[in-house]
Amino acid sequence: MQVDDERCEGHGRCYALASELFEPDDIGNGRVVGDGIVPPDLHDRARLAAANCPEHAITIDEGA
Amino acid sequence: MGEHPPVTDFATDFDHTDDVYAANPFPIWDELRGTCPIAHTERYGGAWLPTTHADVSAIAYDTERFTSRSIIMSPFRPPMERAPQGIAPPISSDPPFHKGARRLLLPPFAPQAIDKLEPSTRDYCDELIEAMEGRDVVDAATEYAQHIPVRVIARMLGFPEEDADRFRGFVTHVIEGVSLPMEERADGMLVLFEYLKEQIEDHVANPRDDLTSYLLEAEMDGEPLDMEHVGGTMALLLLAGIDTTWSAIGASIFHLAGNPADRERLVAEPELRPTAIEELLRAYAPVTMARLVREDMDYNGCPMKADDWVLLPFPAANRDPEFFEDADQVIIDREVNRHAAFGLGIHRCAGSHLARMELRVALDAWLDAFPSFSLADPDGVRWSGGQVRGPRLLPIKIG
Repeated sequence: MQVDDERCEGHGRCYALASELFEPDDIGNGRVVGDGIVPPDLHDRARLAAANCPEHAITIDEGA
Repeated sequence: MGEHPPVTDFATDFDHTDDVYAANPFPIWDELRGTCPIAHTERYGGAWLPTTHADVSAIAYDTERFTSRSIIMSPFRPPMERAPQGIAPPISSDPPFHKGARRLLLPPFAPQAIDKLEPSTRDYCDELIEAMEGRDVVDAATEYAQHIPVRVIARMLGFPEEDADRFRGFVTHVIEGVSLPMEERADGMLVLFEYLKEQIEDHVANPRDDLTSYLLEAEMDGEPLDMEHVGGTMALLLLAGIDTTWSAIGASIFHLAGNPADRERLVAEPELRPTAIEELLRAYAPVTMARLVREDMDYNGCPMKADDWVLLPFPAANRDPEFFEDADQVIIDREVNRHAAFGLGIHRCAGSHLARMELRVALDAWLDAFPSFSLADPDGVRWSGGQVRGPRLLPIKIG
């Protein structure tokens, strides 16, 4: 899972909905906590964050 | 708003200050989406009104062909020489200037900074509510919603709190006064900038820990900001958060007053409130922005001319059934909600974290104090027209 820095505009929906997975940087843009590998119990939360990003900035690779 | 002839055909002669549009724009957008998704008017010297999410977002992202040189539609267009900075950076700025001007403004509006303002905001909401004790009916717009953002931003900027009435006057003039004669409008701007100059001088003499001193000390590309930049950004900070946030607070109270099942659920399930707030922001998004067309062009079959206005009605985008399921329904536990209430792209509302905090705290305080409330006089509710829509009169029965 990753946040595209070019697309993110700092709406903050990701870290509001999934604070285990995302955190704000100093200007309020979202960044991934850790290495971006999402533990199975947080898969739904990651999908929820991605589905609420107004800029479509979060991509999840479900293939792994 | 009186000064403009009433609109009879919104597809060819729209006016966002029309009383019908202010009271209930939703059926107008729905009809336009199905028939003429980008409406036109000769008013304001020529303007366009896209109504689909696809068009509103595409134009918001297209900062090449649509400039932010002015973001409030009126008969007056600021001179080209003001670009790319514009009169109130960064909202009025285009790339590449925009990026640095926005970057320096964001840290004090990031969630970590805004969290610190929450206790004082709650105290103030409680204070406003305590003043209502013993009353059966209060006006939730004029006695509650409108005071909260004014107090919060005055404190952030380090302006005297007793000047609150003057700030509301500036808002009325600059944002809602788009139908005023140009000279009167220009005079009002001078009064605003004169006031900001006084505040700047006071902060130069007595620097302190607030946003005004922060801007005076800020640097862009290693240089301090020029005074036009500082004054313009202060004007933006003072004005942009006031009627927008009070509209969002008021519209949320309006919805819950008229929909008892939603109100009861939020009283019983406080953990649902953050989700509900996003839905209320989607359904009652207060803010429409404007752009100016940079050069003559054809846009999706519309012959746009240089300096034509284009309104960006984010509230209409938020009601587009092509983009949202049950777009016309307010569903307070809606889980997937990619709404655009704070805009899209590089001009995403810089104060969105502050606005969300104020809205959440204001609703918490209200619901805790008045678990049961209703519209006292549905016909007495009045909505503002123009680019910021929210209840300006909202009689609520609390007793």
